[in-house]
Amino acid sequence: MNLESFLLMRQELVLLAVIILLVIGEIFSNNKKALVSFAILLFVLHTVIGFFHLPEGNLFGGSFRTSTLIHLFKNVLNVGVLIILLQSADWLREKVVGEKKSTEFFILMLSSLLGMYYMISAGDFLMFYLGLELSALPIAALVAYETSKRKSAEAGIKFILSAALASGTSLFGVSLLYATTGTIYFEEIASVITYSNLSLLGFVFFFSGLAFKISLVPFHFWTADVYEGAPIGVASYLSVISKGSAVMILMIILFTVMKPFDMVTHKMLYIVSLATMFIGNLFALRQQNMKRFLAFSSIAQAGFILLGLMSNDQLGVSTVVYFVAIYVFTNLAAFGVVQSISFQTGKENIDDYEGLYRTNPKLSLVMMLALFSLAGIPPVAGFFGKFFLFTAAASQGLYFLVFLAVVNVTISLYYYLLVIRAMFLRKSDKAIPYFKSGLYMKLGLVIAVVGVLFVGLYSPIYEYIFEISKF
Amino acid sequence: MDILTLFLVVPAITILVLVFAKNLKQARIVSAVGMFIQFAMSLNLVFAYYKERQVNDDIMVFIKDVVWFEQFNIHYAIGIDGISVAMIVLASIVVLAGVFISWKMEDLPKEFFISLIVLAMGVFGFFISIDLFTMFVFFEIAVIPMYLLIGIWGSGPREYAAMKLTLMLMGASAILLVGILGIYFNSNADGGALTFNILEIAKVNIPVDVQKLFFPITFIGFAVIGALFPFHTWSPDGHASAPTAVSMLHAGVLMKLGGYGVFRVAMYLLPLGAVTWSNFFIVLSVIGVFYGALAAVKQTDLKYINAYSSVSHLGMVLFALLMLNKTAWNGAILQSLSHGFMTALFFALIGMIYGRTNTRDVRKMGGLLKVIPFISVMYVIAGLASLGLPGFSGFMAEMQIFVGAFQHPDMFHRVATIITISAIVVTAVYVLRVVGMMLMGPVKNNEFGELEKATWYERVGVILLLIPIVFMGVTPIWLSDMIRESLQPFIERMM
Repeated sequence: MNLESFLLMRQELVLLAVIILLVIGEIFSNNKKALVSFAILLFVLHTVIGFFHLPEGNLFGGSFRTSTLIHLFKNVLNVGVLIILLQSADWLREKVVGEKKSTEFFILMLSSLLGMYYMISAGDFLMFYLGLELSALPIAALVAYETSKRKSAEAGIKFILSAALASGTSLFGVSLLYATTGTIYFEEIASVITYSNLSLLGFVFFFSGLAFKISLVPFHFWTADVYEGAPIGVASYLSVISKGSAVMILMIILFTVMKPFDMVTHKMLYIVSLATMFIGNLFALRQQNMKRFLAFSSIAQAGFILLGLMSNDQLGVSTVVYFVAIYVFTNLAAFGVVQSISFQTGKENIDDYEGLYRTNPKLSLVMMLALFSLAGIPPVAGFFGKFFLFTAAASQGLYFLVFLAVVNVTISLYYYLLVIRAMFLRKSDKAIPYFKSGLYMKLGLVIAVVGVLFVGLYSPIYEYIFEISKF
Repeated sequence: MDILTLFLVVPAITILVLVFAKNLKQARIVSAVGMFIQFAMSLNLVFAYYKERQVNDDIMVFIKDVVWFEQFNIHYAIGIDGISVAMIVLASIVVLAGVFISWKMEDLPKEFFISLIVLAMGVFGFFISIDLFTMFVFFEIAVIPMYLLIGIWGSGPREYAAMKLTLMLMGASAILLVGILGIYFNSNADGGALTFNILEIAKVNIPVDVQKLFFPITFIGFAVIGALFPFHTWSPDGHASAPTAVSMLHAGVLMKLGGYGVFRVAMYLLPLGAVTWSNFFIVLSVIGVFYGALAAVKQTDLKYINAYSSVSHLGMVLFALLMLNKTAWNGAILQSLSHGFMTALFFALIGMIYGRTNTRDVRKMGGLLKVIPFISVMYVIAGLASLGLPGFSGFMAEMQIFVGAFQHPDMFHRVATIITISAIVVTAVYVLRVVGMMLMGPVKNNEFGELEKATWYERVGVILLLIPIVFMGVTPIWLSDMIRESLQPFIERMM
């Protein structure tokens, strides 16, 4: 192995360097608030460096793989984490760092991100598991970050227990697959695997672990409570970054390792997708707390993503990646508004948002854009993401599924409109008064909004993704 | 910049300028100017279209085609024929009239006009599109502002009405999406590439079972916004709760998107499916016509009367389209145009009456003809046009529809036609009843003895709508010919 091939891990190495620099800064600096800005600056640098071209290749005998698609996805994750850090910056500077906590937040989150990098670059199940665990453990600490709040600790316990169980189940599935094929490398398994009860069982167990991270039904029960208890920045991270990378690795495995029995996997995905969409939507209808609301909304969105996974190679992969990229911007815009209001006033219920347009018009408009994008209304990006996912499913003749999916889109429109109803249609004496968000928050929201507005309309983005959607 | 894309650029610029407007005065002037330019452009389009027709014989002219998403063969493709031109003129007149009628919109004026013009943009975009994807995008853009427009500026049970309307219409467009995808994935039946372009798909022989499967999906997807029974229930509450200009625009223009879509997409691309399903949908549309008229008789609220009347008239449009012959189609389009102007006029007048008397209850008003003569006379004219009096636009349209319908000699069609014709009698009942109760006779309520006369902006709005009604009634031939010419390729497809 020479330096060139080692540098295929450039993204991971740079992130590792950032983490180390943060630890050093933590030890040697006394000005904790400046460290927050320092951390964000480092991460911006990391994101920018990430955009430089990376060649394709394998490392460690095939354990670590990188391709243009995987590289693009890591960049999408970077931008997402950047937005999250920007949106959480004010909260960190005041509430957290102010109370003498250090910049653990950054170190934990970036370590988790590092785990995700490894997970999606995995070329064998061992690297996959390493990434999975590395990404999950810091999040558990992050979920329980506000140790003074009981809800946060409760969410943390729920998360770590469920996550541990899910990882274990996944690993059990991997061991079954090893038992049938004698190897853990994806490419080797793909050539050796045959359809048998044992391999199917192995896949089901493996899928369960990933389904937990993607919040698919029936592995979704942890989602609402954890999103509600965790700090909003962490909830956004879970809903977008964690979910997105799990989708990515699931997609890779479905299209490479599990290709031989995609008949069966498609049937399974069909049912899971339907269940997830319906349950996510039906529960979202009743939510009052914005965080739980967005939690169930993300569950339903995950159901939509599965539609793309049932299609053939290039079309399916490209629509899924495209949708996840759009979903990053959309969800972060929505969470950003929730965080901004929560930081300023501590209010998190839909009722508290009544009359928001009259007092904080720009914030309401950002939320409206985000909700329209989540609902899939043109001309914002969410529409294009959903339309192409439906096209991918329809290309396989799954018209009935698409029909049920669009029924779900209409149901989801109802609850998204409930928030818009509160903000725009209603007037309230107790409306949240006008406030200015901090610079970081504004920047975070702006990036998210730009993404929501333009990623859809500007077609070269999709075309690029389509081109590189090969394994 | 080609002549058609300007129809999108002008509203877009108007919206951009509106963002900087500071108060009602600025907002309304900007909107009026912008929509007046749009109106002028649409008149110009008529002449440009005629000139182009002398030299160009294609199905659609002024075509512009820009690749958008290459992988799916989605293009920003636009083009027009005689029917689109007529619809564009309808839309621009109604929008302009709507701006004038909203001259005194005090609450959040900037946002109101922006939402209104976004809606208009969706409508114009829909009429000029010939690519299914682009059409769908504009269709949804035209529907979604309705939630804000009714919910914020409406009256009565506006939240409920807004939610019901938005969910039903978006639900219908969701179903339409399935239909569009079905058509798209069968557009290579003759060995070509998959495409969303209407003109290309029309050349393909889509297999019969596919047509039979997707025709009802696509038809219902479009026809819900055209008030197809039993999916019309969003309409009465929606129209009644909406502010005046929104009702005008919605009933006058937006609901025409349904008939237009049925005609351009469902029937043009899936003709065999249309033939198979026509009887089923004829039953539904006839029920809609008759039921709408009967329901209107029972109403006492002016807006509900007009809303059910719209259900009835638009049912007639769908009925005519389902006759699948040239004369009836000609009638259908004329009826769409005529009803568009007429219902916009009605809603404008109702809004004016309500603004003065603060009631829409017909029983509480009487003898208004002496008090507000201009508005009352206009109302009478609109009413007469509505029941198809010769000399106004409604007559030519309805006559052609029934002549076309009568060309089917079988019992089923005959019975359906007779039922529909008899709805005209019911229409006469509710129209004349309202006119008699509200306008004629002695002044019932002494409070209404002195009401403000029509203001200048109200007169402008009303006259704008009246002129086409009279024009179409007195000289329908040039319009009828323009439409008839453009119908030719569609008829050929049906054969």
